Amino acid sequence: MVAEALSIQALLRRERRVERAFRGLSTTSAIIVLALLGGVIVALAYDAWPALREFGWSFVTETRWNPVTEKFGALAPLYGTVVTSIIAMALAVPVSFGIAIFLTETCPTWLRGPIGTGIELLASIPSIVFGIWGLFVLAPVLQHTVQPWLIEHLGPLPGIGFLFQGPPFGIGLLTAGLVLAIMVLPFITSVMREVFSITPVALKEAAYGLGATQWEVVRGVVIPWSRPGIIGGLMLGLGRALGETMAVTFVIGNAHRITGSLLAPGTTISAAIANEFTEAVGDLYTSALIALGLLLFVITFIVIAAARLLLMRLEARSGRRE
Amino acid sequence: MRVQRRRRVAGVVGATVQPRRRIMNVVGFALSGVATLIGVAVLAALLWTLVSRGLQGMSPAVFQLSTPAPGSEGGLANAIFGSLVMTMLGIAIGGPIGLLAGTYLSEYGRGTVLASVIRFINDVLLSAPSIVVGLFVYTIVVMNVGHFSAIAGALSLAIIALPVMVRTSEDMLQLVPNSLREASAALGANPWRTVFSTVYPAARNGLLTGLLLAVARISGETAPLLFTALNNQFWNTDLTKPMANLPVVIFQFAMSPYEDWQQLAWAGALLITTFVLVLSVGARFLASAARSRKSG
Repeated sequence: MVAEALSIQALLRRERRVERAFRGLSTTSAIIVLALLGGVIVALAYDAWPALREFGWSFVTETRWNPVTEKFGALAPLYGTVVTSIIAMALAVPVSFGIAIFLTETCPTWLRGPIGTGIELLASIPSIVFGIWGLFVLAPVLQHTVQPWLIEHLGPLPGIGFLFQGPPFGIGLLTAGLVLAIMVLPFITSVMREVFSITPVALKEAAYGLGATQWEVVRGVVIPWSRPGIIGGLMLGLGRALGETMAVTFVIGNAHRITGSLLAPGTTISAAIANEFTEAVGDLYTSALIALGLLLFVITFIVIAAARLLLMRLEARSGRRE
Repeated sequence: MRVQRRRRVAGVVGATVQPRRRIMNVVGFALSGVATLIGVAVLAALLWTLVSRGLQGMSPAVFQLSTPAPGSEGGLANAIFGSLVMTMLGIAIGGPIGLLAGTYLSEYGRGTVLASVIRFINDVLLSAPSIVVGLFVYTIVVMNVGHFSAIAGALSLAIIALPVMVRTSEDMLQLVPNSLREASAALGANPWRTVFSTVYPAARNGLLTGLLLAVARISGETAPLLFTALNNQFWNTDLTKPMANLPVVIFQFAMSPYEDWQQLAWAGALLITTFVLVLSVGARFLASAARSRKSG
């Protein structure tokens, strides 16, 4: 009896020890996630410091990027990142909106599953596949058909004409924006679909009860109700577009300059890093590229954090999380 | 639950709807249908090119020979091997940490401020640009060691897999009903024993789903490998040396002017896409099995 009681106590002690160890281990793992974010910022800032100290604010206002004279300014890649993302969002948002509305409201039920699943699966395709397709298929098509048309018809227009001037290169900001649009399309669509589908049925029923048409229910109930989610989803897509590397690098042309024309080759932050990093000679060059990376991280962090806050607000409202 | 909308608009109410509103209704939905057609057509065109050009480049040599010099015969064997090794290593590092962190969020940290901060940061990391992860690993590993290596590549993949694992394992563990945890606690089990003998087994399919999703996510990643694992033209099994991998080989070969290299790039792209799609389909299948077991 005594021996048995002792062994039970030993067992309980062991259970408690394991409990403490496991609790510590899982807490540490969770803290690693936090530390990772801090680590990324600190490590990048540390190695970007030589370039940031050398150029100061002119790093983000200077266009010249010259490895030979070691003058580095990030304005051209910054411009390229913003312009390609704007093109991508301008093209992808209306289409993904349409698809999401079609899937949640009009689509026959038997088709809903296949199309929805298909779109979600496409969101998981690696971005390099979009890049290689853009280079070999889309760019030649644009060069021979779409771009000459744009140059001929939109080029002479006053006001926006400058956007469509110059020779048709095939590769450039417009092509990169288009490839990005195709890449973020499945992603934005699946977020939108999710967001639309949690609109309470009772609200929609009430609107139908008042005699609203189906379209009026979408415009008057579904969209207003899910507005924070819509904005959050769009910003998540924007975060993707801003930070995307491979889909852009293939078709951007990697030219550090700002020309008005969307048809001209340019570069983006991520494409500049991907193209030049392994070939960068000299500490200042490497440091300037890491500073670009830091800039990209800060921009995307702000966009994504804002998006997540908006999505959290919607989730709290629909009571999905406890 | 579903509303019988169509009949309502066309039937009882339809008679009283003004023409302008009815036209708006038709036009709006026609536009959304057109958008769907455009989207599906573009994506189908992409897949079609991928499959047809990828199959052209497919041959037994792809799996048997290493990456060639331009003009000579070769395959992708070393790149396939490298990708598998680094993906598995990445998951081996990121997977357990992610599962434990998810366990913290769902079991120990429920309702605490720390847990909600971590959840938020994790969601941000989930969509952070992957090239930045590559830069990060470059600055802390490659710079200090002095050369590129497969380990550095695996590490950056682990960092990308981590948030995916955290998110899915937390979600899946939360699907486990609390009554199970209470029953286990009532039998005198400590939280860790409850987790191991009750919660993990109950969430097994879900956790496996997360694992598959994480593998799918990292197996196509290119940007973080560009300056961590770099590339290697030869067969290499040394983890401390640069190692070939499919995404970087595809990048290099596709950008090259050599037609045989471009052909191999398409074959590689088809391989990766097939792999990722099979994993994603498997993950969905498991996830729906996990959900139906919960509700059934």
